This record gives sequence, structure tokens and C-alpha cells, in this order.
Amino acid sequence: MEIKALTIQSALAGLRTKQFTAVDVVGACLTNVKKFNEDYQALLAVVDEDVLMAQAKDIDATDYSLPLSGIPIVLKDLFTSDGIRTTAGSKVLEQYVPVFDATVVAKLKAAGAIIIGKANQDAWGHGSSGENSDYTPTKNPYDPSRVPGGSSSGSAAAVALGMCLAATGTDTGSSVRLPAAFCNLVGLKPTYGRVSRYGIIAMASSFDTIGHITKTVYDNALICEITAGKDAYDATTSEIPVPQYTNKLDIKLQGVKIGLPKEYFGLHGMDPRVSDVTRTAIKKLEDLGARIVDVSLPHTSVAMACYYILVPSEVSSNLARFDGVRFGNGRETFGMEAKRRMMIGTYALSSGYYDAYYKTAAQIRTLIKKDFDDVFGAVDVLVAPSSPTLPFAIGQKSNDPVAMYLSDIFMCPVNIAGVPAVNVPCGFVGDLPVGMQIIGPQFGEERIYQIASIYEKETQWYKKTPKI
Amino acid sequence: MVQEDPKNMNYEPIIGIEIHVELGTLSKMFCGCPADHFGKEPNTQTCPVCLGLPGALPVPNKKAVEWTMLLGLALGCTINKESKFDRKHYFYPDLPKGYQISQYDAPLVRDGVLKLKVKSHLPANTTHQALQAGKLKVEEEKSIRIRRVHLEEDTGKLQHAVIDGKRVSLVDFNRSGVPLVEIVTEPDFRSTEEVDMFAKKLQQIVRYLGISGADMEKGSMRIEPSISLRKSEILNPKSETNSKFKIQNSKLPDYRVEIKNINSFKFARNAITYEIERQTEMLEHGDTPTQQTRGYVEAKGVTVPQREKEEAHDYRYFPEPDIPPMRFAQEQIAKSKEQIGEMPDEKKERFIKEYGLSEYDATILTEDRLSAEYFEDAVKCQKSKARPPARQVKSQEVSSKTIANWIINKKVDRASVTPTQLLDQIIIAAQSVFVSGDELESIVTQVLDGNPKAAREYKNGKEPALMFLVGQAMRLAKGKSTAEDLRKKIIELISK
Amino acid sequence: MSDTLTSSDLAHIAKLVNLSIDADQYDLFSSQLTAILDFVSRLQEVPTKNIAPTAQVTGLTNVYRDDVVDQPRILTQKDALANAHETHNGFFVVPAVFE
Repeated sequence: MEIKALTIQSALAGLRTKQFTAVDVVGACLTNVKKFNEDYQALLAVVDEDVLMAQAKDIDATDYSLPLSGIPIVLKDLFTSDGIRTTAGSKVLEQYVPVFDATVVAKLKAAGAIIIGKANQDAWGHGSSGENSDYTPTKNPYDPSRVPGGSSSGSAAAVALGMCLAATGTDTGSSVRLPAAFCNLVGLKPTYGRVSRYGIIAMASSFDTIGHITKTVYDNALICEITAGKDAYDATTSEIPVPQYTNKLDIKLQGVKIGLPKEYFGLHGMDPRVSDVTRTAIKKLEDLGARIVDVSLPHTSVAMACYYILVPSEVSSNLARFDGVRFGNGRETFGMEAKRRMMIGTYALSSGYYDAYYKTAAQIRTLIKKDFDDVFGAVDVLVAPSSPTLPFAIGQKSNDPVAMYLSDIFMCPVNIAGVPAVNVPCGFVGDLPVGMQIIGPQFGEERIYQIASIYEKETQWYKKTPKI
Repeated sequence: MVQEDPKNMNYEPIIGIEIHVELGTLSKMFCGCPADHFGKEPNTQTCPVCLGLPGALPVPNKKAVEWTMLLGLALGCTINKESKFDRKHYFYPDLPKGYQISQYDAPLVRDGVLKLKVKSHLPANTTHQALQAGKLKVEEEKSIRIRRVHLEEDTGKLQHAVIDGKRVSLVDFNRSGVPLVEIVTEPDFRSTEEVDMFAKKLQQIVRYLGISGADMEKGSMRIEPSISLRKSEILNPKSETNSKFKIQNSKLPDYRVEIKNINSFKFARNAITYEIERQTEMLEHGDTPTQQTRGYVEAKGVTVPQREKEEAHDYRYFPEPDIPPMRFAQEQIAKSKEQIGEMPDEKKERFIKEYGLSEYDATILTEDRLSAEYFEDAVKCQKSKARPPARQVKSQEVSSKTIANWIINKKVDRASVTPTQLLDQIIIAAQSVFVSGDELESIVTQVLDGNPKAAREYKNGKEPALMFLVGQAMRLAKGKSTAEDLRKKIIELISK
Repeated sequence: MSDTLTSSDLAHIAKLVNLSIDADQYDLFSSQLTAILDFVSRLQEVPTKNIAPTAQVTGLTNVYRDDVVDQPRILTQKDALANAHETHNGFFVVPAVFE
């Protein structure tokens, strides 16, 4: 069956009206895995075909009442999956097979989803292009000479290649939104504390958010309904109830105030073509009834510096458990980027430097968070580009870590503040996708989904699938 | 009292201690694995959290936090209204995450004091006469300041082995994650005895609160003393002449030696004593002891350096991002304080006043809370009029002192004798027509001593001699024993 | 404030974080880390007096669990040892550690 145009929404509809079976859907995904994985390296592990077919048959024996019945899903490889090899994109965990499921994985399974495999990624989440994978890096389905974005590189590629209907990811500084933007997909970075981190291999504990990538906004909202919520195993999850996002997508934009942070536009180093596409998209929002307001996030200029102290510090701490005793290979197996971050992080936390680096960065975090709190007093959401550039060529940026860090300039402040943001496709430059971010206040997923949904309905960029 | 030879350096020990107490909660500090790990098969009580598996997250045990607060309040400390956990980083195979979740700059508890009754330090020029005249206080109250009490998680256990000729270490994580309370004192101790007293008092308080077995041998209580020495008197720096005017030295030494691997109160005393001698010898030779960690080796009764060169640990503390901070309201702290109940010293004083007991008896009865409760239950029983009517004995007044005596001297088995039953025993004994076993023995011994010829004759087989002895004993017992009992006792004692 | 990292700085940091850096990678690390430190040094320009550091963006406080045993989450000995390179009689094995 043709899976290119299939979404979760249409798949469920088709299953429930018996137009096709879960076996058909899973079969189509597996066909794409076989067809594309060798060239694009989206997946690091694929579940045994017989096992998958058996699971699909089990679903076909039901009335498809579960919210994700039979929906094939790929998990970013730092999601702990019971019995399925989990590497976090690293050679350190090359043989690691977990004995428990992450909370989110358990929730997806309980909702009837079928886990197809584990997605390639920048090792440990360290990167924005996918090139830091300890395995062969993933390629962009829209142009295999270019990066798909990272760190959830394989997740985005898998959805774009039709290997699944959704893929999970994590977003610590861009890692769901950027690959979604580079692959013409919808990617959610939820509010920090909205979705449980239990069982997700930690990168930076106070920044990691658990998101996912889909073709459409509805699909994305549906998955969020299932994954979000308080978890007794994660003390940083919120008690705030989870709305039924899919039920609230239909609103009018009249009266909605959209802020454009002036520090995010007119940036030196921004590709003017990306600027143009973004401006056109913003104009469309205005045409749909939104009021566009210029706002300021004054501490944007130090956000990256703040991020690159706090995140490596937490990274150096979270990677300390990888000592080769209870699991994994020895610490000499870590790649260069991981070592670099651990070294910087250790330095920032070390005696004599803690106050100047870590503490100062944590204070600046307060100021950056306040920027966002203040701005949401004036507007409902912010809109910003997801990337200053188009998907860049493989190898173009990888030797200059500072240049790579700068590509996250629109992304990281959102993680510093802990607010939600969704990437929604907003156009193309030739065949290369451009995405824009809709950023909301804490626990404002409902609102950003609404705006994304309206825009998507009007523009339907998701229909332009990769020419593969 | 002879004055010390002024040419000898007079060193006084400066000792501070760190005590770790494993809390007796049902579950571990940050996960739901059982906390009781003693004697369990290795690695059978772990989960992703306490095994430090990738992706696992800690969630703090509410009871452990409450019990730490209780302990702090019982020690007269202040509860920090804002507290948090921090990560303490170091690499060791028994530390699964590569960091320990502990508390750094905002511990749950700070600034308290525990008072001890110690022997006075008599001044060097004390004369014999003054001592005999009873003009000197032999005992005084000493305050040990408690710097902080904080909560953290325990590590796994390492043991050494040889496998296929190769020396290895084996790791068991059953203990990993068990809640651990750390009590840190100021270096206020000046003798081994003071440390011993404090540690035992703390153990008693912890047991009274019911928060831990605090058993040194089982490892649920551990002591790490830090010892240094300083000259007890120094030349007065303000003195302008070369006079021998000396003042008390109040400066802390610039080194200290930490001792680990102490598994009992006795080992603690031995280790401290050894260490004081070791350091004294070094100082008298003009050497300064190095700042280091040493381990106590019981087999040899010595301490040995644990590391070649002690580097100051850089633990790179930062606030634990996976656990939101803790805030305590005044009302909550007040409520906790109410839950403490009567502590051993308080109870002892009350027993002395309320029941007219001696200090000695009161101390024994209040040694542990259960024995104190047993005593008071028995006293209550005796006072209560609700005694079952089907009693063969007359209700009778039994004094608290009598009850205390019975419990202490007759080693009553609390498990098999209820307080009510104890009272019955006491009453029966008091009303008994018959003599007790001891008195019986005494009577018979008297008779045998007074009639050696008859005793010898019976020993040689003459039965009538026995009857004569029984008759003598009956007369002495004045009817308070049966002939049979007396006969048996006579035979028993003769055949010895 | 910008620090140039000397090789002894690097050696010290590597020791703290238990990593081994090959001798031929020292220069690369040194220049890359120094560049990053340069980049983050602009933090010093921001006035932060009296600003409280943020450790937790959620605003949550006092999150606990009850003191109960969580039976379903306890791993069997087999599962606990499942991913270790070397085990012996139920223990994890590491090269001998000397006190």
C-alpha cells in the first residue's frame, strides 16, 4: 500500500473502516525500511519482521479502539526499549539491551502502537546535524548530500522515508525541531516537565524534553495526548492535567497576538532565502487574522554561552555512569564530541571555576526565563525561524564546533526557559524544506498546536514529500 | 596529683566525628527497592534507579526526609526551611551513577548540640588534700556541637576475590541507594571516652526514635573520627617578656587524619587511641602528621594510610536537577517536633522523680525505649483497678521500686512475660508461704554446716541420717518449705 | 575572562572526569576547548548580582514518593547482570580496587 500520503489520522480511519489492515500498514513501512535504510541510515535497529507481523495481526484481531492501534512508530535510539538494543547513537552502548521500557515507550505500546525500530542520532544527543553519530550518519531524504538535522536525525528521516508514521525524539537544544524543519515535518518540543523523562538516556537533565515527529499537526497532537502527564518515576513532571489537544485544534486566529522577537530576525549569517520564506509564512498568519507584534528577548545574545556551560556540565555528570561495569563498553569508547562536552562541563563545575561558569550561567538562565515570562504577558505565542540556514551539506560544519553551536541560536533559549515550541513546515527553497517555530508559554501546547494547525490547513506543505 | 614535667610537650587531641546511620525505612532513598539488604543474595534488590541504568531517575523517600528532620530536632538542631539535594561526583565501582546524591550547601539540618556528662579535667596542681576534701567537681557537662545532619544515598558493596588467579573486586548493589543520614560534629572532642560516650548516646537516641537499628556490627551505624593533636598550652603571644606565661591554645591544628573501617565501639576506641599515640610520637620527633585518610586494621590494632597521596577531592557539587527543591513550613517543623516523644535523658530524669528510682536503676530501665515502656506498663497495670476477677491472689500494692528491681535483677524475659503476668509473679512471690530457691539453699546449707557428722553419715549410705537432717531443716524453715523440697535440696547439696 | 587551557589543565580535567585523552589529541582539545571557553566568556559581561540561579524551571517543590516497596520494578539478579561484561556468582566483576 502507498504510505507516502498516510498519516496517523488517516491510518486509524482506514483501519477502523476496514479499508486496510495493520498488517498492510506495517508491511508498507517495512518495505520502505528495506528499500531506504541502507542508503539513508535512518535506523540503527529494526525489530524482527516476524515479531512485527505477529503484533500487527494481534491488533487486527481487535476493534482498533486503542488510540494508536497498529500505528508503526520508531523510537530515537536513546529511548530505553525493553529487549531492543539501545545505543543512544554511541559505540559505548553498542551491545546494550535494556531490561525495562521508558515510561513513554510503555505508554505508546499500551496505546496499541507497534515499535518498528530504533532511530539513528548524534551520539548522546550531542549535535544538530546527525553527523556526530558513532555509526554511519543519517542523510536527508530531500537531498542525501545534506544533513537531516539533529540530534533526532534518524527519527525525522524515518518519518520522511515512510518507515513509520511517527518517530519519537528528544529536544535539549533543538534536537526535535531542527530535524523536523530540515525534513518538512511537524516536531514538538514540549514544556519541560510535560512528558516523563524516565527511561530516556539523559543528556542534560534540566533541559531534556521528550518530543516526537510526525507528518501533520493532528498526528503530533494525538501522540502528545498519550505521552504527556505526571509520572511517579520522574519527579520533574507536572501535575497539570493533559488536555485533549486533538479536540481543540479548530479555532480562528482573530485576536491572537503573535510576537516576533527582534533578536531572532535580521541576524548576520541568516540565509536570506530562509528569511524570505519565513516572512511569507508570517504574512500568511497575519492574513489569517493574527496580529503581529515586535517583541524583544533582551538576553538572547548570551543564551548560547549560557547553554554551552549548563548543558555540558549536566552532560559530564550524566555520562559518569558509563564506566563499563554494569553495562556498555569502557569510557575510551566515547567519541570526540562527547569527550569535548564532558571536558568543558567538568571544567565549568570544578573547584575554582564553579562560580564564574556554572553559577553565573544558572543566574543568566533566570534572566532568560524571565524574558520569556515577560513576553508572554504581552503576546500569546512567538514565531521564529527554526534555522538560520537551509539543510547544509554533510561535512560543511562538522569541524568547527562553535559554528555548529551557532546554528541553534533560535532554539536553545526555548530550552533554557523550559517553554514549548513546535516546528511546522512553512515552505521550500527549491526542494529544500524550511520550517518555522511557534513558541508558547509554559504548558501552552494547546495554543501552539492550534496556530500550527490553522497554518497547516491553509498551506499543506506536508504534501510535498521527498522525491525518492 | 603531680604536676607534669614542663619540659614534656603536652598535646591534646582534637577530634571531630562523622557518623553515618542507615535509616530503617522499608524502601530505598530514591526508589522502591527494599532497604533491608543485610544477608541478601547479591544484586537481587536492585532496579534501574539504584543500579544506575541509563535513563533512570531518582524520586526521594518522604519518610527518610521526615526521619532526618526528627533526628535533627531530637539533637536540638535547626531545620533548614529550604533544602535540596546535590550531586557529589567521584568514580568508584560501587557508585553506579558516578555521583552520589547527597546534600552540600543546604542540608536538611544544621547547628545543634549534644550534652555529655564527662569526667572533669583536674587542674595540674590539684593537691591530694583538695581532692579528698571533695572540693572539686568530678563530673561536668560538656557540649558537643553538631555542625550538620544531612541525607544521602548509600553505595554498593565491594569485596575482594581471586578468580582464575586474577585479583578482582566483586560488586553488589543491594545496598546502593539505601537512605543514609550523615551527622557531622565540630572538632569538640578531647578524648576517646568522649567520642565513645557521644556515639553511644547518639545510637540510643536513634533507636529511641525508631528510625534505625544503628548497629555498628551490621554496618547500619558507622563512625569516622578525624583526629589531630595540638599543644595544649602555648606561650602567650601578648607577653612582652620571655616569661613562661602560657595560655590555653585555641587554634585548630592545620591538618587532620580521618580514620575509616571501624566496625564497633571497641574498634573506635582502639583506633583513636592508637592514632593519638602515633601522632604524638611524630610530633615529639618534630614531624607534622600529613593530612590523610587512614584505615583501621583490627588484626594489628593499627591505622594504615589508605592512599599514597591524599588529593583533595573535587566533588564538583551542583544542585540535583532531577529532584525539585524542598521547602518546609514552620507548622510542619512544629508538628515533627511533637512526634519526637520523650528522649532517654528526659525519661531517665522523670523515672527518678516520678518513681523514686535510683540513677542507676533509672539508667538501666531507660536504656532502650521498649524496656522503659514495659516498666511503665507494669506500673500502670498495678495502678489500674481493671484486674480480671478470676485471680487466685489478692490484689496487693506493689511498689514501682519492687517492679524495677524485679525487671533489672531477675532478668525478666519481656517477650514471654507480659506486664500483667509480671505483676502476678511479684505478688505471688510476696504472698508465698514458701521460701524462694535461694532461701531454701541457704537454709539447707546452714543445716549441713551445723551437722557435719550427720551429713557424712548420709553420704556413706545411712538413710536415718537424712531423716534427721530433714527434721533439722524443717525446724529452721519454720514451716515455709515442704519436707519433700528440703529433702531434695539436702540430697543435691550433699552429692556435690 | 578567557582561559587558555594548558596540557596540565587538560590532564587534570581528564582525570576528574575519568577520560583518557591521547597525547596526539591534546593540541586539538586544547584549542577547541579554549575556543569554547572564549565563546562563553561573554557571560561575564552580564550583571548578575542578586539574581538567584535557576536549577529547576518547573517551579515544583517537595516532590516525594511514599515509603513502600515497588515490587514490579525490582530486577531479577539475571536482569540486573544482563548487560555486564563480566559477572561471577551474582556479582559484577571489576579489576581489583585497592583501598
